[in-house]
Amino acid sequence: MITELGHFALILAFAVAIVQMIVPLIGAQKRWPGWMAVAEPAAGAQFALTALSFGALMWAFINSDFSLKLVVENSHSAKPMLYKISGTWGNHEGSMLLWVLILTLFGAMAAWFGGNLPPSLRARVLSVQSAIAVAFFAFIIFTSNPFLRLETPPFDGRDLNPLLQDPGLAFHPPFLYLGYVGLSMAFSFAVAALIEGRVDAAWGRWVRPWTLAAWIFLTIGIALGSWWAYYELGWGGFWFWDPVENASFMPWLLAAALLHSAIVVEKRESLKSWTILLAILAFGFSLIGTFIVRSGLLTSVHAFANDPERGVFILAIMAFFMGGALILFTLRAGAMEAKGVFGLVSRESALVVNNLLLAVACFVVFVGTMWPLLAEMFFDRKLSVGPPFFNAAFTPFMVLLGLILPVGSVLPWKRARIARAARPLRYAFVLALAVGGLAWTMQSGRSLLGPMGLFLGAWLVAGVGVELAQRTGRGAGRWARLRRLPRADWGKAVAHAGLGVTMAGIAGLTAWTQDDIRVAQIGQPWDVGGYTLTLNEVNEVRGPNYQSTQAEVILSRDGSVISQLSPEKRFYPVARMPTTEAAIDYNLARDVYVVIGDQQDNGGWTVRVYVKPLTNWIWIGCGLMALGGLLSLSDRRFRVAAGARKTRATPVAAE
Amino acid sequence: MKRLVLILMLLASPLAAVQPDEMLADPALEARARELSKGLRCLVCRNESIDESNASLARDLRILLRERLVAGDTDAEAVDFIVQRYGEYVLLRPEVTGANWLLWGAGPLMLLIAGGVGFVYLRGRSRATQAGETPLSPEEEARLREILKD
Repeated sequence: MITELGHFALILAFAVAIVQMIVPLIGAQKRWPGWMAVAEPAAGAQFALTALSFGALMWAFINSDFSLKLVVENSHSAKPMLYKISGTWGNHEGSMLLWVLILTLFGAMAAWFGGNLPPSLRARVLSVQSAIAVAFFAFIIFTSNPFLRLETPPFDGRDLNPLLQDPGLAFHPPFLYLGYVGLSMAFSFAVAALIEGRVDAAWGRWVRPWTLAAWIFLTIGIALGSWWAYYELGWGGFWFWDPVENASFMPWLLAAALLHSAIVVEKRESLKSWTILLAILAFGFSLIGTFIVRSGLLTSVHAFANDPERGVFILAIMAFFMGGALILFTLRAGAMEAKGVFGLVSRESALVVNNLLLAVACFVVFVGTMWPLLAEMFFDRKLSVGPPFFNAAFTPFMVLLGLILPVGSVLPWKRARIARAARPLRYAFVLALAVGGLAWTMQSGRSLLGPMGLFLGAWLVAGVGVELAQRTGRGAGRWARLRRLPRADWGKAVAHAGLGVTMAGIAGLTAWTQDDIRVAQIGQPWDVGGYTLTLNEVNEVRGPNYQSTQAEVILSRDGSVISQLSPEKRFYPVARMPTTEAAIDYNLARDVYVVIGDQQDNGGWTVRVYVKPLTNWIWIGCGLMALGGLLSLSDRRFRVAAGARKTRATPVAAE
Repeated sequence: MKRLVLILMLLASPLAAVQPDEMLADPALEARARELSKGLRCLVCRNESIDESNASLARDLRILLRERLVAGDTDAEAVDFIVQRYGEYVLLRPEVTGANWLLWGAGPLMLLIAGGVGFVYLRGRSRATQAGETPLSPEEEARLREILKD
């Protein structure tokens, strides 16, 4: 019964979405307040109905309702409760339902908190947002219905893919989707502004919090996913340049660019058409990501439902929204005249360079991701594009970005003299050189990567320090002034420092990882990278829905025990799949990562040990970036309805 | 039941990448083999190198690669040997030949184009005048210079 209610609610939500797509748009065109006002309750109703539907599906998973096809295929009665809940979105149909749930949530938020928007803009934004929802409701109902029943329900389910039975699944996809789908708000604002025919500073101010929120969620989602891969997949990589990872990374890069260009729109009324284009493309890349994951066109570790029919459907959605928005863009972009005047050397120019680097870096990732497909279609070459390509082709852009960032962020607006603005940074530069040099001398004749990464990290963090010192002047009262800095400035400082920390972490991990593979006998110690490890015992353990071979490894240094690690090798009988559960001793300087393998003929066990310096900096840096975003989001100027009054002046009528 | 599980475990346990019995005794040679196998794709996996992969085919390739190195092949010869048998699909780093120039050139080329467009835009902005402002006439400019000289 509850299942049918959920199904019915989904169809009702679809109907409401259609109404919300059409009525407010006509209302905004004809200036009928009643018609425009439909959008607000409709957005709320749409969200409530979708939430009801999602709740019904989750109910079926929690109660292991095996009359539901989806539950049978992805659940098992012996599965721990956490994974029953998170299993709701650990499959294609359920994850699409989560996708639209978040889409409608953003629509409802825009309706509830959009009180300071001019009515016609708000109506158009909600209408465009609802158009996206209509497309995805249709997609779910016609190609991927999660509420299909089985005629003869089996006694038990087929269990969830064991790799997904991890707390990571509970958090990684929801955050990622909040990010992906959050970009739909930027898209809706861009298209609404194009229909409206005006983009001004107020528009920049409205669109920025949404982009910022989406970017924060994407940052957290990507970081969680990479951390999950790091501890779960068993060889301690954190990023694989897998098509699906790239699919989440491309919108992240563009959202980062959009954040910065929206500042220029807001403060200087320039870069308007570029910002609109970025907003359209950022969401476009979200759709491409959805397409890549669902169509099975590119092989990836994130194997989802690979169904050509679904792929075609999403391709059609993508073609419609991207095509429509870009046509509208070419028709209207000319009308958006830039107002601000600024010199070649200025904060504005620095932000243009930032956008340039981020957008081109995104383009490189895009070409690399699609190249196997293109090469096969047009040049009849079956080839692979793997991590070595991306590391070589992508990294230079990030190095360049890191090099210019501290300089760009201290440049004044409008017109600047670079020598004068950058002069205080010389201390930061010397400090960074010293850190890089120290790393260079301490490592023995290996690549430049490690020292370069540490140099960049130190340069970014020290640059932030110098900038804060500059902002607060000299003498007494500095701390008070520091505390009074606007939250947005703090956000900028923390996020930029976070980028530096992440860069240093990536370089440290990539350049200085030590690994050791051997057959370890029980009780015989061995050394890896200054640590001593001893395999104490290996036991068979039984988990709720798996068998486990659990080892006990003692990690010590100079005779004193640091920790006891328990790497596991699990086997899930229902899914017939083995997984490795690495044991990791975390700390700020390094991770010691231990994996247990098979027993050998001579009675020993294969043990793999990695010592990975600075690994946790990667995720600490991501956390700082997200925190910076949050600080910026909480800035006062987004809360007060500044700019709203100004736009009451009659907008240019759209023909 | 326990025996069944054990059998299943044996069947389904191609666990964990490089095995100790594959490794070469000479550390220098082994290091070369590890480095090379990071650039070779496991053909039956989804986007994994043979160094990371658990599949048995990846194991065969790892052993084959090490045999070539022991036989005295250079790095390039050993990789060529595998490419000749399995096609360029095994290379995770696409070769810079033919159409792949497009792939490798895409980034730098785009940076040049975007940089050019960006520069033209920025120059336009720095030369643009505020709306409603008229530039100074030559006489006014001369007068301004007079005033500033004092």
